[in-house]
Parts: sequence; C-alpha cells; structure tokens
Amino acid sequence: MLQIDCPWCGPRDETEFSYGGEAHIVRPSDPDATSDEAWADYLFMRTNPRGRHAEQWCHAHGCRRWFNVVRDTVSYRIEAVYRIGGQGPGGSHDPA
Amino acid sequence: MTQPRRLPQGGRIDRSRELAFSFNGRPLQGYAGDTLAAALLANDVRLVARSFKYHRPRGIVGAGAEEPNALLQLGGGGHTLPHQRATQVELYAGLEAVSVNGWPSLEFDLMAINSRLAGLLPAGFYYKTFMWPQRFWGRYEHQIRRAAGLGRAPMEADPDRYDKTHVHCDVLIAGGGPAGLAAALAAGRSGARVILADEQAEFGGGLLGSREQLDGRPATDWVKAAVAELRGLPEVRMLPRSTVFGYYDHNLLTIAERVTDHLPPGISAGPRQRLWRVRAGRVVIAAGAIERPLVFGNNDRPGVMQASAVSTYLNRYAVAPGRAAAVFTNNDSAYRSALDLLDAGVEVAAVVDVRLRVDGELPARVRAAGIAVHSGYALVDVQGGKRVEGARLMALDSDGRGFSSAYPVGLRCDLIAMSGGWSPAVHLHSQSGGKPRFDETLAAFVPGTSCQAEVSVGAARGCFDLSGCLQEGFEAGAAAARAQGFEARPGAPMPAAVIIAQAPMMPMWRVPSWRGVKGPKQFVDFQNDTSAADIALAAREGYRSVEHVKRYTALGFGTDQGKLGNINGMAILAETLGQDIPSTGTTTFRPPYTPVSIGTLVGRTVGDLFDPLRKTAIHEWHVEHGAEFENVGQWKRPWYYPRQGESLDQAVYRECLAARRTVGVMDASTLGKIDVRGPDAAEFLNRVYTNGWTKLGVGRCRYGLMLGEDGMVMDDGVTARLADDHYYMTTTTGGAAHVMGWLERWLQTEWPDLKVYLTSVTDQWATVAVVGPQSRGVLAALCQDIDFAAEAFPFMAFREGTVAGVAARVFRISFSGELSYEINVPADYGRHVWEAVMAAGAAFDITPYGTESMHVLRAEKGFIIVGQDTDGSVTPDDLGMSWILAKNKDYLGRRSLLRPDSVRTDRKQMVGLKTLQPGFVLPEGAQLVDDPDAAKPVPMLGHVTSSYHSPCLGRSIALALIRNGRQRHGDVVYAPLSDGRIVRAEICDPVFYDPEGARQNV
Amino acid sequence: MKKYSLFSLARNAFSHHQNWQPAWRNPEPKPAYDVLIVGGGGHGLATAYYLAKEHGISNVAVLEKGWIGGGNTGRNTTIVRSNYLWDEAAQLYEKSLQLWEGLSQDINYNVMFSQRGVFNLAHTLQDVRDVQRRVHANLLNGVDSEWVPVDRLKQMIPILNVSSDARYPVLGASLQRRGGVARHDAVAWGFARAADARGVDIIQNCEVTGIRREGGQVVGVDTTRGAISARKIGVVTAGNSSVLAAMADLRFPIDSHPLQALVSEPLKPILDTVVMSNAVHGYVSQSDKGELVIGAGIDAYTGYGQRGSPHIIEGNLAAIKELFPMFSRVRMLRQWGGIVDTCPDACPIISKTPVSGLYFNCGWGTGGFKATPGSGWVFAHTIARDQPHSLNAPFSLERFVTGHLIDEHGAAGVAH
Repeated sequence: MLQIDCPWCGPRDETEFSYGGEAHIVRPSDPDATSDEAWADYLFMRTNPRGRHAEQWCHAHGCRRWFNVVRDTVSYRIEAVYRIGGQGPGGSHDPA
Repeated sequence: MTQPRRLPQGGRIDRSRELAFSFNGRPLQGYAGDTLAAALLANDVRLVARSFKYHRPRGIVGAGAEEPNALLQLGGGGHTLPHQRATQVELYAGLEAVSVNGWPSLEFDLMAINSRLAGLLPAGFYYKTFMWPQRFWGRYEHQIRRAAGLGRAPMEADPDRYDKTHVHCDVLIAGGGPAGLAAALAAGRSGARVILADEQAEFGGGLLGSREQLDGRPATDWVKAAVAELRGLPEVRMLPRSTVFGYYDHNLLTIAERVTDHLPPGISAGPRQRLWRVRAGRVVIAAGAIERPLVFGNNDRPGVMQASAVSTYLNRYAVAPGRAAAVFTNNDSAYRSALDLLDAGVEVAAVVDVRLRVDGELPARVRAAGIAVHSGYALVDVQGGKRVEGARLMALDSDGRGFSSAYPVGLRCDLIAMSGGWSPAVHLHSQSGGKPRFDETLAAFVPGTSCQAEVSVGAARGCFDLSGCLQEGFEAGAAAARAQGFEARPGAPMPAAVIIAQAPMMPMWRVPSWRGVKGPKQFVDFQNDTSAADIALAAREGYRSVEHVKRYTALGFGTDQGKLGNINGMAILAETLGQDIPSTGTTTFRPPYTPVSIGTLVGRTVGDLFDPLRKTAIHEWHVEHGAEFENVGQWKRPWYYPRQGESLDQAVYRECLAARRTVGVMDASTLGKIDVRGPDAAEFLNRVYTNGWTKLGVGRCRYGLMLGEDGMVMDDGVTARLADDHYYMTTTTGGAAHVMGWLERWLQTEWPDLKVYLTSVTDQWATVAVVGPQSRGVLAALCQDIDFAAEAFPFMAFREGTVAGVAARVFRISFSGELSYEINVPADYGRHVWEAVMAAGAAFDITPYGTESMHVLRAEKGFIIVGQDTDGSVTPDDLGMSWILAKNKDYLGRRSLLRPDSVRTDRKQMVGLKTLQPGFVLPEGAQLVDDPDAAKPVPMLGHVTSSYHSPCLGRSIALALIRNGRQRHGDVVYAPLSDGRIVRAEICDPVFYDPEGARQNV
Repeated sequence: MKKYSLFSLARNAFSHHQNWQPAWRNPEPKPAYDVLIVGGGGHGLATAYYLAKEHGISNVAVLEKGWIGGGNTGRNTTIVRSNYLWDEAAQLYEKSLQLWEGLSQDINYNVMFSQRGVFNLAHTLQDVRDVQRRVHANLLNGVDSEWVPVDRLKQMIPILNVSSDARYPVLGASLQRRGGVARHDAVAWGFARAADARGVDIIQNCEVTGIRREGGQVVGVDTTRGAISARKIGVVTAGNSSVLAAMADLRFPIDSHPLQALVSEPLKPILDTVVMSNAVHGYVSQSDKGELVIGAGIDAYTGYGQRGSPHIIEGNLAAIKELFPMFSRVRMLRQWGGIVDTCPDACPIISKTPVSGLYFNCGWGTGGFKATPGSGWVFAHTIARDQPHSLNAPFSLERFVTGHLIDEHGAAGVAH
C-alpha cells in the first residue's frame, strides 16, 4: 500500500486518497476548433508509461485537495509531490 | 504406556500439566508446551497423512512452518479448522485432530491404488487424456474433484471474531531468534518504537530447540534475560504467535497474530486472530533459515525428518522420534543432531555423508563418540511402508553423479535425520521487491540488493554461526534506530558463543538413482508428490522455465508453498538442462509467508459493518411505521409503507393515488446537496451544467443536467439561487459523492481562477417533500411567514421561512408533476418537521410514500432517473432533452455531442411504451424487437428502462430506449421475455400524465 | 506432433516416460517471417495457431520476452463466459465460448474446460434491472442465460448466504450454464504445442525493443536476440500494450493497472460453480485441485508492478465472507497480481493501426482469459486479410474518435 505525502497534510495511507490518472492533460481551450481526433486524444489517449509517471491524486478523506505526484509505475516509488499549478521535476506543470 | 517416545527428562514442556487430546478418535496425552506434532511423536504416531496424488503414507518431517505433511483438521462444527500444521499447533486440552486424506481410513486407504498406477500418472498426465468423448469431461472432472482437496471448510458461519490494528513504528523486526532479539535490544535501548514479532509462542527461535551455550550457560538463559529486558522497554512491543506474512510497498507489512488459537475453542472472549498493518520506518528481517531435505529413493517414508527437526523434538519437547537413527547429510550441521540423538539415548546407526572428506570439528566429535561415519556414501532407498524400517546406502563416485559400488548395503533404523543444507528465509526480502541471489558457497539463495528500507540478518542472510547472528542483529538494530533518528544507548554487550568451525557443504540436489528409471520415487515436493523424475520429464517435454516446471509438476504449489522443495527442484531442473542455477531462474515469493485465515484479513468488516450504512434523520420514524427499505448506494431508503397485509403493489397503488388526489409525503433527505458559493458561482454552473444559469434570479430554482466530458448524461438535479453569489445544488442520491468530487476537481485543477467554494451539505439538511393537491394546505398550516399563494410563491421558486417553528428553506419543485413543496431543515429537526407535517396533514389523510411510488409518479410524467433510464451511453438528445442544451456557451461534454456517433440519427431514444394488454407490466430490462421470429442473433431495438402499473391511469406504462424511437410513435414492437412469452407494446410519448404540466402549476 | 491419449500415456509408461517429445521446439529465430506475433500469452499463441490453421500462414514466429503464458494467462481466475450486454461484445465472447467447447479436442491438449455455470448476483433493485436486461439481451443474441430467483438460488448453491438481513442481500442472479472455468496454463501450452506442430516458431526470452517502419509500413522488430523482419506484426502484449504502442509512436486509450487474485488452501469440494458479484466486488470458484480461486477489483493506480495493495484483497475477502460466511476459517494460501490494460469502455481493441501491417490486440481489462480462443481467431483473420472480421470490426481504435463506445462496465465483472 502506497504512502503518499499530501502537500497539505503530510504522509498518509493510500486508502485516504483517490487516483485521478495522468496529470497535465490540458483541456482544449477552444473545443469547437478541436478536431475529432484531437478531442479523442484529450478524452481517452494516455501515455501510460512503464516508469516515471506524472499523475493526479486527491486527498479525498482528508483535505480534499488535488495535487500532482511523480511516481514510478514499476517500483511504485514516489519521486515528487507538488501542488496543482506548481512546478514538477523536469519542468512538468499545469496550465496557469 | 502413555507417551512411549517421551524422554524421561529435559525439554521446555510442563510435565505437571498433562493434556488429553485425540488423533483420529484415538485418545492420547501430551504436555503443556507441546506442539501437536511433538505430542503425536511422543505417542509414537508416525503415520499422520496420505499424500495428495498417490496417497502414500506420510509422517511428520519438520518442526515448523515448512511442514508439508502433517496437515490436520482440528475441531468440529463451526469451530473446525482445516489444514492446521501440527508442527505449529500448540496443544490444548481436548484438542481433536483428524487426518484429511485417507479413505476409508488413514491406515487403510483405498486411494493408495493411485500409487500402483503411478506409471500412468506422471506429471501433467491430465493434459494428455480425459478428452474423449468430449462430453465426458464433466464425469472425469467429477472424479478428479472428489479426489482433490485436503481439509474441509466449516459448514457454518464463523463463531469467532477478528480484529485489525494499524500502527506505525520505527523498527519492525521479523523473527525473535538470536538475531532478532539482538536487533530488538539494540533498537529498543535507543528509545525507538520497536515491534518484535515471532511466529512461535516463545521468543528464542532456533535456540529453543538447541543445546547452544552463550557465555558458558545455556543460550535459553540469555533468551530469558533478553526478553525480560525488552518487556521493560516502554517503546518495544513484543508480538509472540505473530507471523509477519506480507511485505508490501512503502514499507507496509502485515502480521497475523494468533491471539487465542492456543486455547480450546469457545472459551475466550477475545478475538481469535488479529491483523496488524504496520508502516515501518525500517525493517530487520531475522526470519532464520529452513533446512532442506535430501532427494533420495522413498525419502517420504514416515520417519524421514529434517535433522534440525529431530534436534528440536529431542531438546525442546523431550521427544525421541525413533529408536535407532540414521543421519544423512551433505554438511556439518546434522552432526549436532547425531550428538543430540546420542545424548538422548537414541541409537545412532550411522552418519551417512555424501562428502568424500569429512574432517570438521563436529564430525570429529561424532566419531569420537563411536558413531560410524560413512563418508562418500548416500542413502539410495528407504525400507518400510507406514514407517521407516531401514535404509540402503551406496558409495558415490568421485563427482557424486554415480556410484562406485555395485550394490547397496542395508542399515537398520527407524528414523532418518536428513540435512541437505540450509535455505535462508528470503521470503520477506523477496516480497519487498528484492531479488535473491544464488550463493555458490552456501548453495542457497541469499538476499540481494534491498529495494525498500530493509535488511536481513543472521540465518536469513546466510550466517549460520550464533556469534555472527547476534553481532549482525545487534548492529542492524542499532543502525535501523539510528536511521530513524535514535542514538544507540549502552547496555549489556552481546554474549559470546562457542565458535565451531564448519567445513564446506557439498551440494547434493538429487542422489543418483541406483536403479536408473526403475528406481524408487525420489520426492522433491512431498505434499504434491512431485518427484525428481517428474521434473526431469517436464524438462524433457520442453517445459524448461522454472515457472513452467512448477506449474506442470505442481512443485511448490502446496500449502507449504515449496519451503522445502523449491530450491531442490530448481537445482534438479538446472542439472537436467545442464545449466547453472542462477541462469535457470530465481525464486520469487508472494504473500503470505504462511497461510492466513480469510476472517483475519477481513477483520470486523462483516455483516452491518461490511459497508457504512447511511440513514436519514427521519429513518427511525420509517422503521416505527413499518416501512420496507431499499438499498440505494449506502443509504437505506423507505421503499414502501405496507399497511396490514398489503403487498408492494397494493401499497404503491394506495400511496400513488394519495399523492395524486390528496397529499403524500416523502423523505427526500438522501438527495445530494452541495452549497455553491462565491462571486464566480454562476459562471461555474454555466460550465458544469448544459443550460444557462446567469439569468436565474435570486429565489428561483432551475433543473440542470450534467454531462461527462464524453457527452453522456452523468447526473441531474434542481439548483436554487439563494443569493447573487450563493446556490444550493441537489444531485441524485447515488451520484452525490461523485458529483462533489467531479466539481471539486474541475475547480481545483482546470479552473483555479474561479472564485467558488463548494461544501457538501447532504447530511446537514433533512428534506421533506409534501406532494399533492392538498400540499399547499399542509404547508400553510405549518408556516405563517411564507405566502403560499400561487402568484406569491410560484412553481420553481424558493422561499425561506419558519416551518413548524424551524428555520427552513422551502422549494416549490416537483418530481411527481403535482403541486409540491420540498421543505429543507437542519437535519437535527428533520424528524420534528416530518411529524409536524404528518400531524398537519392528518386532516387530508396525508400518506407517506417510498421510492417505489416516487418512481411510478415520475414515470407517469416521463421524468428520467439517471442510472436507471440512462446507463452511461445516453446523450441529452437521446432523452429528448435537446431543449436543455445551451447554444451560446461551452460546457463540459458539449464537444463530445458533436462527434460522429453522437449525431447519428438512429440512436436509441427515450420513448413511452403501452402494452397492448393494458394490465401487463413489462419487466424492466426486457429487450424490444421488430421481429420476434427472426433468427438469432435477433436484431434488438432497445430495452425497457422503467415499467410500472400506473394507478391513476389504470394501466401499465413503461419508458424505453428505442432505436430511432421518436420517429416511431404508434408503432407496435415486441418484447420477447426470458420465460418465452412475447409481449406487444405500442411506442408512445414518454409523458403519460398531464402533458401540459398544469397540475404542478396551480 | 504425436497425439496425446490414454494409449500414448500407457505406451510411455512402459518406457518410464523417457520418450515423450517436447511439447514445442525451442528454435533460434530466423531473420524473417511472414508474420510476427509479439507476446506469447494465450491470445498471441492462439493467434499464431489460427493463422496457421485457418489461413495457412505458418511462417510465423511468436516472440515472448519471458516464458509463454507467464503474464495474465497464468495469473487470472480462469472464468469463461459470454453473457455480455451489448450485441458486439456478446457476439465476440460467444464466438470464443463456442471455440472453448471443442478446444481440448481441436488442439489435442486437455484444457479442462469445465462448464459448471457462472452466476452473476444481484444485490439491489437496480442490479436486478441490469441483470435482467442482460439476460434478455443474451437470449436474443443466442447466448444461454437465465434469471434465477433467490429461492432457487439457495437450492442451487446451498452455502450461499441469501439472508435478507445481509448488508446487501442477494435478490437473485443470472446463470449462464455454459460458462465455467478452464486450466489457464494448459491453454497457453496447448496452443503452443498445436501451433508449433503447424510450423510456428515459439521463441521465448526474446524481448521486442523496437518496431521498425519504412514509410508508414512496418518492416520488422528489434529484439534482445537481434532484428527480425516481417511486414505483418500483431502485438498482443496485455499489460504492456502502451509500451509497445509507443515503439510505433502511437498513443492508446489504455491505462495499465494491477489486478490481484488469490487462492485458498485446497479444500474438499464445496462449491461446484462460479459465483460473481459486482455489487459487493468479488468472484469465486473452486479449482479442480480444491483451492478457492478468488478475485476482485483492480487497484486504482496505474501500475506495472504485478502487485497491488493489501486493502484491495482485504475488501475482496470481506465480500466473499459476506457471501460465504463459512469461508472465514479457510486460509489464503497465495496472492499475486497481474497487469491489465483497461479501456474507457471496458472492451478490447482488436484493430489495425495507422501503421500499415501493424495490428494491436489489447485492452481486455480484467476479462481477457475467457476470450482467448475467440480473440486469437478474429485477430488471425484481421492479420491474414488485413481487415477485421465482422466480429471484431466494432472493436477498432476509431471508435474512440467517433464515440461509438461499447460500454461493458456492467458486464465486465469488475469495476474499473
């Protein structure tokens, strides 16, 4: 069971959190100008890497804040935790 | 004579407490401190089980968790326990044990015929036969299944209770032998929070069964002192009878504590077992090592035991498992057992050692004691059936692959103590993600690089001398505490052990077969009857990966999980393939280390505690008034309120008519409620709902539809504007938590610029819906500060006021099509207001109604229920709700409505259905077709989503999703039912009652 | 291929089983093949077998990075059924079930397909609606299915807890009598042996590290055992599909998750059917060896670790104890995890891709084992003809663009 360091509350068991999947997926700013393919990419297509993965978690049974985690999907080791809008390792970040 | 094999003195048993127990109905005696296995051996019980496949007679092999044979059924009735390992069961008075795998009896087992048929039953035989004729497999399988399985599950619910405990600690130490105790002392003295867990009832591990000395005194004296010191340390928690069985991610470990298993069933008030979930800063694995068997002919006969187990029975339990022993070994450690046997008065016929040169210190002592040591020899066969009666040995050639003598010579003995070397217990290390590596010197897998904060010490790391174990343990304990921020504090130094140099062992994975392929079976996995020949056969047939071999031969798939056999099996495979062991495979262990009761893993989450149960503030009133309840999500909702002798249909009939004709009342408190506040609240609603919210005035309500980003209907509900920057949103009962999470996520991750605050207030408000033509009268009687006149308080408006003396929010909305008010009050006043409504309504014969009537009333109006009339594949247009899609703004899901599949013209659309036979109510879920006689697969048009008898219309009504249905009003379709009937129904508009909406607008 | 039978067993017994042939060869990879199948699980091996048998294409290699059947084929709970809701899925799984029914004889390897019936329990009124909807649809689709009311259920499964006092009482169930379980390893081994006999090379310990393309056409792969050429490549690497897709610069609508399962110690026969419950999250059957085989939902997070978190197993067992209170004193013997590719609609992708000659078969989520023969059969067709069979045409990648999803979450057996 993972232990996740909530940036607001500190380390807690995985059972307190809900998982939100891949982070930094940007909703197209003008959906009407977005092709069906690009919209499908936004909706469904995921990197799903074997290794380093930036993902969203929510401290659902705590502060209910969403935040970002960089985790290895094989070792499950957590490399970094950062707030929404914050700067992750390697420069990944959310839209302003 | 009772306990004929009990030694006159010694052992850690309490001879003053004799315990009566029974085995296969035979009354026997043992002592407190015995395991069941020790007590059976004390009574000279050799035959305890039949093997799984060949039903060969089997005896006790080990003295601990590795035991493959002595799996017994304990107790009866609801307390019965299958597969208890006799070597780990503490004896208690009245214990009843029976063997599990002999028919009609253990002594005379007809299934032993399988042993005669063994030639037809090689590994994997079942893949090659039982295929003809095709339909006969069921019969073959029935016979195979009857022969399978060991113990029996109870046939009653478990009478016992189980607990769970969640803890954090700085240092968790798995194993309370010398290394674990030393680690605990070092870590405990520093003040760190330490948990020391050991699977046995007593701490001390292997020392309990040995005659080792420390500082010139029995090592058990040191154990006693160490345990006493640890018990005095406030931050040290000692867990005996506790197996660390699982090592999960981020240093979470699980421990199964057997709290009352050592007591007779039914006498203790405590839980039977407790699951500990431990988040440990550091882990010290001091789990010891397991002695390997040797693989030779008929090595499964009762009386062939691990040498270390023989020593344990002699030293710890004062039991001599035989009268005349042969020791068979490839290393020095078994010589200790020879000396133990000799000193206990057991004849030692010989030590047979596969090594050509045997010149260590222990062998010298054995020779000095006058015991014959046959070096360069191997046992090749064991005589006897249900007990060992002798053995045969032959001289090995120089490389141990063949023999230098032509014929074996016999050796009289009734006990064989074997040692094939030691395998460190790398299980937890492996579970933690570590990859064990093969150590050529030890001929064993040892822990590899750590992936988590863990270290193995002592025998679990491959250190087999006592001084080394103590030293490693102490250092690891101190280092673990230091890593957690605790400085070592002084204490008594570790004691000194007598160091005896051990000569190298010689790997002997399989004794050559002295009669080639015709030789006796050489077992690798006792429980699954996997022999060396089976492994060779698997390799010959192309199953070359160790995982294939294990699966093909069942090696390691028994309840001992290959603790004895896996390494030997892997090595035999390597030899067969001409490879070395590391390139043949490694060994991966999964939890649990030893089997864990399902009840222990479940804990208290059974029955009512299986899932949280939510009740409204008015719940007890419903109970008192005889409501039947329906589970909706975690909620208990009143389903209907039967009066004396009423059926569901009768009650619903009465309830519906009351709401249509006079007044009904319903507890709507389970609806999700979200308080939405902030300057950008209107903009926020514009984005999450399909319709527009900017123009909704304060004091007004609006129905809204929420879509997922895939454009499919996700939730719906009415939202009221309480103030310019303040809305009160309702959601479906089942969707409340999801919607709350959905809204929060968008706000936090995508629209952090919006100033909006969300609060879930579902539990804070009780909602009483007063429904029907007389509802205005009821409200007027309860509330003086709101004007209920139609013009003053119109449909889809909201007012604040005082209802039955309680500050309330009253919404004039309707899910029934009738004049209707929903009174929201703080939940603590819910029952008070409900009762006031009932009292005020008495004059109108107010009738409480449940979810079933609610469904009927809304279906008559064609109102959907998300999740019943939709299933995640339905768009607003499918529901005929294009009117709710704003054209001039973006909202979640809108873009998906423009995809090719969303704009198809032949999508399934919401319609009404009237059966041609008006009294017939279609089953919900019935499929609709144009041609019921079409060949299968029959093209389907859609299905019935909701279906009821409508009391006010006097006929059945249904809602359905039908392909292109809006264009097909008036068509007759067919519903072929699962019972074979075919029902005809006409497609119609989904609004059956008051299509103009006049009744709610009065 | 020398045929397996009782007679061959007896004949070999006389020679002490020294003369059995290898079930499949252990060949070195050739430099080029007509078709490469990446992934030596049940689906990949079945694909190779049907390519040879149905389409006469036998110059085929199956490339497996580890040992065949070592992924989800050897890690699942072996349930086979075809009672899916939507027409497209029901037809695909039904084709598979029909192949199961003659599979042991067809490949001359006893896969122990045991049609002991599969029950799907309903615990709420909405469950009842959903299950009955599925029963009705199944019947019209030619899939055997029946609704079993609770009193009859109690007779059929006497140890099932149908008490109305349960937290979520059982209200009834659907039953597919033709459903059941099979011996998972045997499926991989049997297809391997039968494919090998038709000339297919099964190459183990050969990991694909790159997919070679020239002008939008696939031309081969790089592997840990060298480059291998082919102009048709079928990828069937459940769990790792996104990783292989990335080698061809493709992104898939897939998330890989751990799926855990466990077995109990072997018991004397106590449960002779398969019981599944979506509402309380658990499914259980008893293997021929006597072990209770138990599975549940997936872990929430993306994971390739073939392991999950213990609370998932604990919750799963709580559900099993609710349904079968007497199993409380039975012990869990072994737990493990697999990696499942989950798709947004809980349906697979069996599809051509934007790269010519490159085909993917993935996204089976938790339900792939039951589809093994059918999946291989339609995938072989897709590769051989360069166009999908009508059974798998709906399961294309394009559906995620058009929106024509086939939402089988309700019938997939496991919430994800």
